[in-house]
Amino acid sequence: MNNIIRVGMADLKASKHPCMITTLGLGSCIGIALYDSALKISGLAHIMLPYSNFIKNNSNIAKFADTGIKKLFSDMVNMGSKKRNLTARIAGGAQMFKFSQMSEIMKVGLRNAEASRKILEELEIPLLAEDVGGSYGRTVELYSSDGKFVIKTIGHGIKDI
Amino acid sequence: MGLDINDLKNQHLDVLKEVGNIGSGNAATALAKMLNKKVDMGVPSAKVMEFKEVSDILGGAEVEVVGIILEVEGDLKGEIMFMLRLDAAAMLVSILMNQDISKLDEFDEIHISALKEVGNILTGAYLSALSLLTKMTIVPSVPSLSIDMAGAILSVPAIEFGKVGDTVLYIETEFIDGLNKVVGDFFLIPDMDSYEKLLKALGVIS
Repeated sequence: MNNIIRVGMADLKASKHPCMITTLGLGSCIGIALYDSALKISGLAHIMLPYSNFIKNNSNIAKFADTGIKKLFSDMVNMGSKKRNLTARIAGGAQMFKFSQMSEIMKVGLRNAEASRKILEELEIPLLAEDVGGSYGRTVELYSSDGKFVIKTIGHGIKDI
Repeated sequence: MGLDINDLKNQHLDVLKEVGNIGSGNAATALAKMLNKKVDMGVPSAKVMEFKEVSDILGGAEVEVVGIILEVEGDLKGEIMFMLRLDAAAMLVSILMNQDISKLDEFDEIHISALKEVGNILTGAYLSALSLLTKMTIVPSVPSLSIDMAGAILSVPAIEFGKVGDTVLYIETEFIDGLNKVVGDFFLIPDMDSYEKLLKALGVIS
């Protein structure tokens, strides 16, 4: 694979075939992969927080599930994707540390996952598979040839969803 | 609520760097006592970086690291995290327990608990320096430890910073024991109100 595209934290990218889009070391963040099976356009967003409207400083729209997923969707539509050909897969939302009291900071992974599902539902993009939760990091890779979404971990195996 | 960490000026950074200097100086002394040998310290650097660059700290998002996080209560509320590479952690435990631990699968519960204690002492020393400097009461919780990809560990402080801005502030410290270097990063993550309190207590903003 020659065309490898890296997506950073609070970042998103969409690309035409052939490519592999990856984001490394997802913790409580969520990686949302959108795939257009007709044109083989793929897109990946790496969001950190659920909703932009609760946060004062929200200039980076790739930071949030709501604005990030919508931006990725519109980028792909602008590249020619039809909504009916799009499917989604998500991974991440771990709780990296354990505390006796479950504070707000610890629950952000779950809230990120919930928000991502809800936004996808609003956009009517079917969520085909997800690998969320747990207490470990994930690296994800999205392949444009068939929309394969590979999840790599340290000590928790490799998955293909 | 007028503070925006994206606008931290050089002068503010210098003060935070000085806090890092005193805090990690204290931590180095604590470490030296614990290891019963001389521990030198490099000049710490306070950095503000964008989220996209964050995962390159300590050599890349997939590098295996140890993160130790403590919740902070009192006048200053938030979290403090100490992060170091797995090989550095193994070295620290080796010195501490007087045995050779060079691989992850050799870490057992006692090693993990020793590492937690290191984190406890280092962050405690750091926080007490900060408390002395600012006259703020700072009470840390028991430590929680995680060994995983740097990116995943870093997402925890990054998300907290994400609530107030688009950048992350961290203080990098280098501990030197003879020929061995242990590079560790401190992330002090005050909540939004505490950030302002902290800078006010340090005389940076009025």
